[in-house]
Amino acid sequence: MISEASVEAAVGTRLAPRHVALVRITHWINVLGVLGLLISGIGILVSHPRLYWGETGSLETSSLIDLPIPFINGPSVWMRPYHFLFAWILVLTGLTYVAGGFITRHFRNDLLPAKADLRWNRIVDVVSEHLWKRPDADAASTYNLVQRLTYLAVVFGLFPAILWTGLAMSFGVTSVFPILATALGGHQSARTLHFVCVVLLLLFVIVHILMVYLAGFWRSVLAMITGYVPQGGKTR
Amino acid sequence: MSKILARRSFVAAGLAAAAGASGLGAAVYLADRYGLIPPDHAGILGVGETLTYAAQRLLTSGHSLAREFKRSDVSKIPTVNGPHPTDEKYLALLADGFKNWRLSVEGFVLRPISFSLEELKRLPAESHITLHACEQGWSYIAEWTGVRLATVLDLVGAHPESRYVVFEPFPNPNQARTVARTLWDSIDMADALHPQTLLAYGMNGEALPADFGAPVRLRLGRQMGWKNTKYLSRIVVTDRRDFYRKKSGTWYGGI
Repeated sequence: MISEASVEAAVGTRLAPRHVALVRITHWINVLGVLGLLISGIGILVSHPRLYWGETGSLETSSLIDLPIPFINGPSVWMRPYHFLFAWILVLTGLTYVAGGFITRHFRNDLLPAKADLRWNRIVDVVSEHLWKRPDADAASTYNLVQRLTYLAVVFGLFPAILWTGLAMSFGVTSVFPILATALGGHQSARTLHFVCVVLLLLFVIVHILMVYLAGFWRSVLAMITGYVPQGGKTR
Repeated sequence: MSKILARRSFVAAGLAAAAGASGLGAAVYLADRYGLIPPDHAGILGVGETLTYAAQRLLTSGHSLAREFKRSDVSKIPTVNGPHPTDEKYLALLADGFKNWRLSVEGFVLRPISFSLEELKRLPAESHITLHACEQGWSYIAEWTGVRLATVLDLVGAHPESRYVVFEPFPNPNQARTVARTLWDSIDMADALHPQTLLAYGMNGEALPADFGAPVRLRLGRQMGWKNTKYLSRIVVTDRRDFYRKKSGTWYGGI
């Protein structure tokens, strides 16, 4: 029979995982949540693809942005419950990730940049490095400065902003916290900012997937599923 | 893995599963007891609906008030969402200022009463300048005048164990498809007894226009546009749990 001590020793000598279970599980549930919210959100948007500033806005008033898509009535009604179901999935998963990230020191160890790195020329270095050469083997084991700053901005800036602007459109929520709407300029401003934040998130997702592709698509995806970067294979 | 470890994790997983299941059971029992489960709780979408409704009912307990605005904020052109009914019965009522119209309030009440428009106007009136937003995305601000639904429910003696108030409009042949017969909708008692919930007969200082639901429409401060039933003809108080409009979309409009 194997003693517990020898089991622990064996476990201890294994490679540290590239992504811990918390990050892997919440990452894929978030993918599901964002995809569901995006599809149902487009369904809601197409019923009135005009954006306004302030509290009010309609076909009888001037708009801020007229999106070049046709008005389609209908999807907004039956897509709405899907939007809130996926919102709950995303919010509960996000809270689990953030709480777990603090407890397991994921933010401090993996995402918080070193103080010495927080200089413009370091950021420019990393970006120009990215532009001129493929990520090297080291890149698979840690996050670079730009990645760290981007992930932190998405987790602690963009997602909370999407949640805030969404809640600011809720009559129930603003009856308790009116400042959620008034601080943004009103109901329609919240709707417009909700849209702007989602566009920013989409830009992040597009660049994120592009970078995953450049770093070796299956290698990166497998690492996010199993926790380990496949060894010995081709990098691309 | 050693047998000890395997057994230990098996017991831990069993305990966690048992704690999770009993925790969920207790949560469902408490949620039902405190009226936190919406009528459209069934199915996978019902999970989201229940979470939203329960979270907001916990958050908004104690009649939290919707935002109110200044008279100068009132929109110059409020949006008409679908024209008024054009059947003979409605046009006849409209032509004589709804003198023969009556609003029947019945159901789980001690004294069912049928109100005329004049009788409703004799009850204490109040006005609120609030935002009306459609789920499609547009919104306008208007001043609504009427009697509190709570006052009317008090007059008819609504039973304290009532769960929902159902609003039935005139059938509207202009409505597309077959929704004319199913346009009725319901709200819970938290919204029914809310101080901003009006049976509104006035809009922006004048009689409620036909296109906005004349003679009387429901106005809810904390709900989206579609919950504000227009062209009211009957109000039914009920303690049934399944009395809501079965249609796609969400029942709870406070989102």
